[in-house]
Amino acid sequence: MSQKITIDPITRVEGHGKVTIHLDDEGNVVRSRLHIVEFRGFERFVQGRPYWEAPVLVQRLCGICPVSHHLAAAKALDVIVGAGTGHGLSHTAEKVRRLMHYAQIFQSHALHFFHLASPDLLFGIDADPKIRNIVGVARANKDLAIQGVMMRKFGQELIQATAGKKIHGTGAIPGGVNKNLSEEERDKFTKGESPMNPEAMIAWAQSAIDFFKGYYKKNKKFIDTFSVFPSNHLSLVGKDGALDFYHGAIRAIDNEGVVILHDVNYQEYFNYIHEEVRSWSYMKFPYIAEIGENGGWYRVGPLARLNTCNFIPSPLAQTEFEIYKALTNGKPNNMCMHTHYARLIELLHAAEVIRDLLNDSDLQGNELVRTGEKRHEGVGVIEAPRGTLFHHYRINDNDQIAMANLIVSTTHNNEPMNRAVNQVAKSMMTGKKEITEPMMNAIEVAIRAYDPCLSCATHAYGQMPLEISLYDAREKLIDQKKKE
Amino acid sequence: MTNNVIKFLIDGKEYLAKNGTFIIDVARESGIFIPTLCNIPGIKPRGSCRMCTVSVNGRYMSACTTPISEGMDVRTNTPDLIDLRKAILEIMFVEGNHICPVCEKSGNCDLQALGYRYQILVSRFPHQYPKRTIDALNPHLIKDHNRCILCKRCIRTIKDEQGRGFFAFHKRGHKIEISIDHSMNELLTEEVAQRAVDICPTGALLKKESGYQTPISNRKYERTPIGSDIEHAHQ
Repeated sequence: MSQKITIDPITRVEGHGKVTIHLDDEGNVVRSRLHIVEFRGFERFVQGRPYWEAPVLVQRLCGICPVSHHLAAAKALDVIVGAGTGHGLSHTAEKVRRLMHYAQIFQSHALHFFHLASPDLLFGIDADPKIRNIVGVARANKDLAIQGVMMRKFGQELIQATAGKKIHGTGAIPGGVNKNLSEEERDKFTKGESPMNPEAMIAWAQSAIDFFKGYYKKNKKFIDTFSVFPSNHLSLVGKDGALDFYHGAIRAIDNEGVVILHDVNYQEYFNYIHEEVRSWSYMKFPYIAEIGENGGWYRVGPLARLNTCNFIPSPLAQTEFEIYKALTNGKPNNMCMHTHYARLIELLHAAEVIRDLLNDSDLQGNELVRTGEKRHEGVGVIEAPRGTLFHHYRINDNDQIAMANLIVSTTHNNEPMNRAVNQVAKSMMTGKKEITEPMMNAIEVAIRAYDPCLSCATHAYGQMPLEISLYDAREKLIDQKKKE
Repeated sequence: MTNNVIKFLIDGKEYLAKNGTFIIDVARESGIFIPTLCNIPGIKPRGSCRMCTVSVNGRYMSACTTPISEGMDVRTNTPDLIDLRKAILEIMFVEGNHICPVCEKSGNCDLQALGYRYQILVSRFPHQYPKRTIDALNPHLIKDHNRCILCKRCIRTIKDEQGRGFFAFHKRGHKIEISIDHSMNELLTEEVAQRAVDICPTGALLKKESGYQTPISNRKYERTPIGSDIEHAHQ
């Protein structure tokens, strides 16, 4: 008898989603889907609001990486107020924003690795869920847990110093920023007591990479084979193809490394990226227009970024990047679990950039805002922790928002996550009559590698629990497991 | 003591003031904070918001429109008065659409500051979620009806040299709203717009293209919580 399995809610991810798996009469997996079940509608209710409200208003769709939305919206409005894109701002404004953003990447990556992913790595994906959580990590490896908490704190305090608040600040305004970083604020970090200074953060980020390498050595087969499938990859790249989280051009490559979008201007993203709507999910499915819906899907995020960029412009992270790239002989990496590895290299890079920025006297400059000839439309793109984030606004003659379109990182990863779920379901559940907890967690591990933020992706509201249901061929519910 | 000066009590303590002075002004000068929203020092009071309600010889009166008189016994801070003021604030919050987390007046807003002072966490009244519009036709000013508490401060103070007002009431009953006289748009300069924004106790009047200029922690009521300037000046 055929069955349908539902995992609802998915745990240790940001937001709320569920997975359904359909089995045929022989118990073979015939179809699996990651459903995003929330709806919020930010793109609609910002219409009519004054355009300069967008960076403060739209960031409210997320409490995890609001800085990304804050800055993507501000970048779009830079275009509208005539300040241009990226480097059109004053040095002070651009660097304050960069500091805010790299602090955000740093704290978000630390949160994901130490709080969400490390329980799977420390205890194994089939360990007892009673210990496979952050409390279990704290008991088993106190230093690791403390490092996670303190790294997140460091990033959050930098965000507060630049944006005014740790969550949902107002630092970026159209054309620049509303404050610089005073010497007193800077010294709090550069002269902070250990471990609250950049050097300690760099050392901890390096030790997190070493921890992962140690785990990789012992679990190479799992890391190299779990949820592996070829895909295209897309991200912003900076000057000369450098890894750049704040600004750049859009580059996409295929699974062999052939460039399919060659550093195009993101102001015209809509010529290159289209979105497909499917009836069973509130999350859209973006694809590269020239290739089409079937083959044009792609991954974004740490794995994609380290595939598309040519190098990392900071010495320690570049050294780790070269070791990482050697694993695939310089070719694109399509191994899902290597996303954790890539994320940690980015964590190290963010720490190095933070150190360099804090030592840059431009942060104490007084030219905060630049404006020029006003326009009615602007696009802002940024590399958020989870991947490429697009904000697109059009305004009317009275300065009110007439149109908003947001394509968030997790939305780009919609198809890859669905493929990952399908692949893991096929390998773990084919022929099985009962859903076990390790099977459910394996599905979640595949999703979790993308560090999805489902609230952002649907611009949605709620917690992120996961539910798995098992249905037969006649759509009758046979088994259901829920995690609250 | 001249005939013009009289004796009275505020919160049980004896004070002297010129006969006819409004209670609100005497209290302010004596270091006693009575909350207001519609009152503006120097402009004829209207007593419309009722935030300044005090007990005068046992009767509730608005402190901004009641002159002091000989032997008057004024109570400004009884539990019943505090609850009444909280109720008035709660009504204002539920009657409009006040989304403080994204409002650019946050930190500079009298209504929000009083909400904090009176520790309003939830309202005893149901939210009305009225459907209101935004008037953005003026080149310097936006009027967001979602946040307007109808205090008439803008109507009473923002006028041209001939005394003609830029703002007026429009419609009636629960549909009443402040409107901008767009036939006077040419006279409504950037400077006039700034005065209107400054006089508005909420975020209902916004100057175009200049939001969120003051960093968080440096905004008016973050530096000086509402009323603390009056209270601290006499300590």
